Amino acid sequence: MDPYAALIQPFVEFGFMRRALVACLALSVGSGPVGVLLVLRRMSLVGDALSHAVLPGAALGFMVAGLSLVVMSLGGFIAGLVVAILSGLVARVTPQREDASFAAFYLISLALGVLIVSTHGSNIDLMHILFGTILAVDDASLLLVVSIATLTLLALAVIGRGLIVECFDPGFLRAVGGHGAVVHFVFLTLVVMNLVAGFHALGTLMAVGLMMLPAVAARFWAGEVAPLVAASSAIAFASGYAGLLLSYHAALPSGPAIILVAGGVYVVSVVAGPRGGLWARFMPRRHLEA
Amino acid sequence: MTAAFSLHDVTLGYDRHPAVHHLTGSFATGSLTAVVGPNGSGKTTLLKGLTGHLAPLDGRLERNGLRQSDIAYLPQQAEIDRSFPISVMDTVLLGHWRAIGLFGAVTRAQRRQAEEALLAVGLDGFGRRPIASLSAGQFQRVLFARMLLQDCPVILLDEPFTSIDARTSADLLRVVVGWHGEGRTIIAVLHDLDQVRENFPDTLVIAREPVAWGATADVLRAEYLFQARQMAEGWDDGAEVCRRGVA
Repeated sequence: MDPYAALIQPFVEFGFMRRALVACLALSVGSGPVGVLLVLRRMSLVGDALSHAVLPGAALGFMVAGLSLVVMSLGGFIAGLVVAILSGLVARVTPQREDASFAAFYLISLALGVLIVSTHGSNIDLMHILFGTILAVDDASLLLVVSIATLTLLALAVIGRGLIVECFDPGFLRAVGGHGAVVHFVFLTLVVMNLVAGFHALGTLMAVGLMMLPAVAARFWAGEVAPLVAASSAIAFASGYAGLLLSYHAALPSGPAIILVAGGVYVVSVVAGPRGGLWARFMPRRHLEA
Repeated sequence: MTAAFSLHDVTLGYDRHPAVHHLTGSFATGSLTAVVGPNGSGKTTLLKGLTGHLAPLDGRLERNGLRQSDIAYLPQQAEIDRSFPISVMDTVLLGHWRAIGLFGAVTRAQRRQAEEALLAVGLDGFGRRPIASLSAGQFQRVLFARMLLQDCPVILLDEPFTSIDARTSADLLRVVVGWHGEGRTIIAVLHDLDQVRENFPDTLVIAREPVAWGATADVLRAEYLFQARQMAEGWDDGAEVCRRGVA
């Protein structure tokens, strides 16, 4: 097979492959910075918790309106947001830490979701909620995913400074009256929005994959916030592109193929990344003069 | 003389248990006060009460027109993530928060002020370094540079010189004395009594209960320090409700 047929032709030939690729690009642009900020805020697992929290809302939306993009997205968004707000509230007004309150509320939400899904029979369409189908992304979903990516970038441009200070020195932000709580909730809203965008393509189970794997892999390549975001988005898009090709040529399901490629990039980064990777650790170069 | 903070029978604490018990007095505007006492004597709690982060359980604490943004507060280092990927310069520039807020751009003049502040704390040329590469002492200098930019009339310092070498603490003490010369109100929690005697006109000795408060020479006396050391540690779950001041 020549390189053109292997790397480019599938996208030229099939509209669904092109739409999937654009969806991956939009997801990468939006989720890249959100994932990096989650990692920097030591909230890597919060993304995971919220992705489970989206389930009952999406399932309820499906029950009410069938496979309707708008209703399912809205349901998922509301369910994720409720979990985020309740967890944040408990963490701020009681001594309990946020990771603990998140664990509690996402489990409640997940159980509700499973309850709804299982009492309403084994509808094959429900598989769509859990596993997504990036190859079935239609124009409406694509528009939603791209809008969310755009909104994410705009919102991050507005709250970026507050967000960084809130992670690095929350006491200072409090002392100067910098509205840390508002910034935090806007950020959690962005996380939920991006997970909703991701679940159309990758399903609620794996939506978080394209958010977190590139972000944690990027930590081995870049140090400061801006390069981290760039690296994370680049890794996410490269994983999307390679994963789509892999699923096309090897007839594999696309969602797991994409996330597994991202996982492969992570493993390579752990081994070969110049910032703290195993290679740099075990093959140290000679020390400098000062 | 006006007071920056006036306390009337203030009790501060957690979960109804007092950490600062029935404190009355005032911090005069422009005063330089050391707060001295054993561990667990309520020094940090007092500072949190003064900043407004902790509401008094009882009594009245007046800030006499000070807004939250007029008070610069240097906590003990615990809350800051020193592995965060941010440069020294960006950290110091945060001192301009009142001017730049969430969105404002940093002007060239503000950047120059930040460079001057770094020079003043002995970190000339460190601007581009990530904070993760700094030692504890260097990082404390960065926080002082940030406070220089904050330019607040009131400055609260919680053990600013603990675990820092003599030269660094001497340099930073010079900054504190400079602030005093500019008429700012400074309250610092300290452990080095010689340092207090030499540099701080006023002292509050506290051991949950106030022990002595006034001119340093009158307050840092053996009998008061001994009394402070006798403080009962800890927190009695079965403690009675305090009736003091309730006729």
